[in-house]
This record gives sequence, structure tokens and C-alpha cells, in this order.
Amino acid sequence: LRKNVEDFTGPRERSDLGFVTFDITADILNNKKILTSIFSIFDWNVKQLFLYLSAEYSTKNNALNQVVLWDKIMLRGDNPRLFLKDMKSKYFFFDDGNGLKGNRNVTLTLSWNVVPNAGILPLVTGSGHVSVPFPDTYETTKSY
Amino acid sequence: AGRAVVPPRSGPAMLSLDFLDDVRRMNKRQLYYQVLNFGMIVSSALMIWKGLMVVTGSESPIVVVLSGSMEPAFHRGDLLFLTNRIEDPIRVGEIVVFRIEGREIPIVHRVLKIHEKQNGDIKFLTKGDNNAVDDRGLYKRGQHWLEKKDVVGRARGFVPYIGIVTILMNDYPKFKYAVLFLLGLFVLVHRE
Repeated sequence: LRKNVEDFTGPRERSDLGFVTFDITADILNNKKILTSIFSIFDWNVKQLFLYLSAEYSTKNNALNQVVLWDKIMLRGDNPRLFLKDMKSKYFFFDDGNGLKGNRNVTLTLSWNVVPNAGILPLVTGSGHVSVPFPDTYETTKSY
Repeated sequence: AGRAVVPPRSGPAMLSLDFLDDVRRMNKRQLYYQVLNFGMIVSSALMIWKGLMVVTGSESPIVVVLSGSMEPAFHRGDLLFLTNRIEDPIRVGEIVVFRIEGREIPIVHRVLKIHEKQNGDIKFLTKGDNNAVDDRGLYKRGQHWLEKKDVVGRARGFVPYIGIVTILMNDYPKFKYAVLFLLGLFVLVHRE
């Protein structure tokens, strides 16, 4: 479960730069719908989870774009519940071109990579995602 | 009843030489046998390796992590199992092993951004978990993105520590020769 507030876009050279601030309320343990598997994600073979919030969208230039906005390493033993508010993206949200302007369909999803002590490395996508529409105009003031 | 007549050997010196001849002859056959056995083991190992290359689609299905740029997930010496199937699309969050043009050593990092066109052409950016910045500084001069052709494979599974042996063998060549020598000795001496 997540909530999001998007800010504004600004062109840098010739590419759109998006700024998104977001809140993450995630209960990683309980992401599974079946209650019985509550404790199963951090089992004996899980060393850590690599969480990342990615934005996915389509533009005229590119059929599919995915940009990681934020990531976090959650080690076994760390609190599996996240309550992050007003987070700024860790990485610049540049588009390859000007596809963010007026883009109504930018989807933010939280996913994670399960890193075991030994074995397979699966990528899991969290349930729930948020759509973030970008405005049609650029902001020229930089109040980031 | 006749008695088998054994011609007498002329003295103890000749006796020992004959004995050595026998031993030498016996050992030569066994030596050839062991060498063939050894050859079979090497060929089987190579076949398994080639088979892995075919199944995974990667030219290097198993790699050893050389740097600490993906800690705490992977450390130096960890072994990674890769696949490189064309049908698997490259998506953010995946751990890819790629080579920068002109460099021999492959790098293991995570995909940070992708921009994919309708026809499947994709350009992507990578970053090591333990690095503060993305990999643009590592790419070739003027290169801002990686492409499918730079990818050696995607990390699908891993085993910790085991690759340390190859790192040791690389850093300390004497250790490598010692290991090879011992292996060869073991195979030649061991009877199946």
C-alpha cells in the first residue's frame, strides 16, 4: 500500500526530468494475501531483500520505460514494516526525451529482489501500485 | 614326470634389472590407462560446461564475483549462475553481468533504468548496490547506456564463498600450479 504526491517536471537540456515525492507505507511481511505465510518471506534462507520503487511508463520515443526512483536494502532482522513519508527520489528521474510532460500513465510499483544465503534470486513485485499523472507544463523554479 | 626347467638367472644384479623391467612395463600400461581416464574426465567436464552454455544461452554460465560493489548481497568469491535467454526481457531490479566494450572483465551490477523501443531495442543503465553513483563513469568514453549485446547474462542464483578458489588461483599463480599438480597426481595415482 502506498500513497504518492507528484510535484513537477523540468526540462534539462532536452530531456524531461520528473520530481516525485512519495510516501511508502509497506508491510512487506504481510504482502502475501494468505495470512499463513506471514512469516515466510524472511525465512532461514533469506539474507536480505533489495527493495526498489520503480516508475513505469510509455512514451512516444520508447514503448517501455522503467526508472528506479528509490531503493533500500532490508537485511534479515530489520523491521519489515516501512513508514516513509515525503521521501525524495534517490535517483534522477530523467526521461529519454520529453515523454514525461503530460504523461498521465506513470505507474509506481514497489518490488524487491530476494537475496538468499544460497540459491535462486527471485524478483517479486508487491501488490498494489499507484498511478502518477504528470502535468502538461514545466516548472521553471527549482525548489527541489 | 618332467620338471619345468627354469634357466638360472645369472646373479643378483640381473635379477633386480629384470624385476625393474617388469615393473616398468606394468606401470607403463597402467600409466596410459590412467592418462586416458584423466582425458575422459577432462572431456566430460568440458562437455558439461558446453552443455551449460547451451542451456543457459550464456557464454559464461558461471561467474565469480570479483569486487565488493554489490555488497551486502554478494561478496568477493561468491559464485553466480547466469542465464542469457533472449526471450527474457531486461527489467529494472535485475542483476546483470555485462562487459564494457574493450574490457575483458565482466561486471555484476543491478539495472537501474531501461528505455525500450517498440521493436525491442533497449538501452539501460546499471549501478552497483554498494556504489554511491551509477555506472556511467565505468562505461566507455561517450557511452551513456548499455545494450543487449553487452550482456553476458542475468544472475538467477548464487552460492557464497566457493569462487574464492578461483580468485586465489588468479592472484597467486603458484597456488594454481600447486592445485593443478596435486590434481594431476591424484588422478594418476588413484586406482578406480
